[in-house]
Amino acid sequence: MDVLGNYKSAISARSTDKDILKKAQDGGIITTLFAYALEEGIIDGAIVAGPGNEPWKPEPMVVTTKAELLAAAGTRYTISPNVSLIKEATRSYGLDRVGIVGTPCQIQAIRKAQLYPIGMRDVDDKIALALGIFCMENLSYQALEAMVEDHCNQKMESVVKMDIGKGKFTVYTERGAVSQMPLKLIHKYVQPGCNVCLDYVANLADISSGSVGSPDGWSTVFARSTKGNAVWDGAIAAGCFETKPIDQVKPGLDLVTKLATEKITKNQKNVDARKTIGLKADGTPKGLRNPYESP
Amino acid sequence: MAEKITIGELHLSGCTGCLVTLADTYEGLFKLLDDYADLVYALTLVDVRHVPEMDVCLVEGSCCLDDKISVEELKEARAKSKVLVAYGGCAAYGNITRFCRGGQWNQPGQEAFVPISEVVDVDLYIPSCPPCPQEVRNVAVMAYLLLRGNDEQKKLATAYLTPLMQLAQRGNEACGCDLMYDVINQGLCMGCGTCAGTCPVRAVTMEYGKPNVNRDLCIKCGACYAQCPRSWFNFDVMNNYEGIMDAIKGAMQ
Ligand SMILES: Cc1cc2nc3c(=O)[nH]c(=O)nc-3n(C[C@H](O)[C@H](O)[C@H](O)COP(=O)(O)OP(=O)(O)OC[C@H]3O[C@@H](n4cnc5c(N)ncnc54)[C@H](O)[C@@H]3O)c2cc1C
Ligand code: SF4
Ligand code: SF4
Ligand code: SF4
Repeated sequence: MDVLGNYKSAISARSTDKDILKKAQDGGIITTLFAYALEEGIIDGAIVAGPGNEPWKPEPMVVTTKAELLAAAGTRYTISPNVSLIKEATRSYGLDRVGIVGTPCQIQAIRKAQLYPIGMRDVDDKIALALGIFCMENLSYQALEAMVEDHCNQKMESVVKMDIGKGKFTVYTERGAVSQMPLKLIHKYVQPGCNVCLDYVANLADISSGSVGSPDGWSTVFARSTKGNAVWDGAIAAGCFETKPIDQVKPGLDLVTKLATEKITKNQKNVDARKTIGLKADGTPKGLRNPYESP
Repeated sequence: MAEKITIGELHLSGCTGCLVTLADTYEGLFKLLDDYADLVYALTLVDVRHVPEMDVCLVEGSCCLDDKISVEELKEARAKSKVLVAYGGCAAYGNITRFCRGGQWNQPGQEAFVPISEVVDVDLYIPSCPPCPQEVRNVAVMAYLLLRGNDEQKKLATAYLTPLMQLAQRGNEACGCDLMYDVINQGLCMGCGTCAGTCPVRAVTMEYGKPNVNRDLCIKCGACYAQCPRSWFNFDVMNNYEGIMDAIKGAMQ
């Protein structure tokens, strides 16, 4: 499989819903697709990164209305363990058709839970729509705090939007200030688990999306699985999105491919380096555990 | 359709939750029994007294060393089966029987309980307490493909079953601590939350994006670690998730 995974179509898109666009991170793809899927009965509810009890700290949440979806729109650049709710969503919440949004690693977790449902009773056939968001790396909440408060000199509670793009981490405050830090400085804050991650564009999602490749305010979208493709076609037919052919936007798929290749090459090197990190008594290398080889 | 495989369940020191799980696949069980497998040995479900020859033996429960019959039957099951499966947390890891110190009714003299791999070689683990019916179904279908399928099916089944066989090689101690030792301490956790969603006794919560295990609640079932995408993630199988899920669904229709 190449670095962008299997997909049936790639396109640049933006929601036609103004309320969603106001709250969304990029083209509002995720919120709009869930709103459409709720409306159409494709899902009974969705697991999203809802508002938490500290500023910019997400809390995984099962939502069933558009209002709740809107309250959870936008990117929080810190871990939201959305998969923690997939069994719960089918039980306490009684959902038969679950939608879930997640980073590529979270989508991997969902597919493993479906193929090897070891402790995931009655979940496998209830995942109705798994939406992936592109992801280069993620941060602990404390790391995000350090970036916003120590590097960008802004209070977490005063920030209205955070964004990563064009080599910078940018925060926008409620009083109109814009603070930035270079992306290369955030490397030491990245959670270690991201350094062995071999997926950038959520290859295993039904549909995945991110900002990279498309103009500001637009998103790049991959419709991947049979199910994802049907949902995407339905949403287009229902007028949920404006679209542009991906080969007619700048910077287009080339940039997505470039970043995906860079991430995967770097992290594959990290995975390989772990194999020879130490030293045995006989002088041969001693390795760490490799999840891509065995448990 | 090729000849069916034979499956049995040997019941040792377990609560029968594993056996109930086998039946919990509902219509799935009938389909399995109609087309793929004959159940040749199982408490209540099959009227056979002595451990027979079988392709796959699912062993439920840990082995009580103070009960000679358990030890003998386990060895007999090993000798008479092609694939011996530690079915459920107790067989694989001891699970709650790890806390037994004897003195309990109605067998106060029985106090030594071990995961079955202390007594026999085990080929494959299906952890969790209770195991999940869909996992049992998947393993049963894959075992059928492995023993009766064409070359391509054998290859798929081997790839699918390999991590569960590797789990059996990994050892017979499980705890929520594995998330610390073998995932977080190894620099592999990315905070997906799967472990917390998996734990049958809710011993795992996510605190600031990482699992926190309440070790007093943990019953040592091994589900959290096995389900974690950073315990193993076999791309050769996962990349084909759609095809495999469709195939299993098709097989069960
Ligand atoms: C840690 C992280 C790193 C990212 N890196 C990149 C990148 O390198 N390149 C790129 O193009 N895009 C990246 N994205 C994706 C991008 O920021 C947008 O989330 C994506 O384009 C979707 O925007 P949208 O307008 O379609 O979604 P919206 O309609 O705004 O919806 C976003 C959805 O994502 C959920 N969500 C928010 N934060 C998280 C989180 N931390 N974990 C799980 N779910 C969450 C929300 O609850 C909401 O449902 C990243 C996202 C995250 C969380
Ligand atoms: S980089 Fe990979 S491991 Fe880290 S959060 Fe993103 S998808 Fe998950
Ligand atoms: S933490 Fe939970 S899932 Fe993990 S071994 Fe303990 S009881 Fe099982
Ligand atoms: S399941 Fe996810 S959150 Fe839990 S230990 Fe594994 S990677 Fe970390």
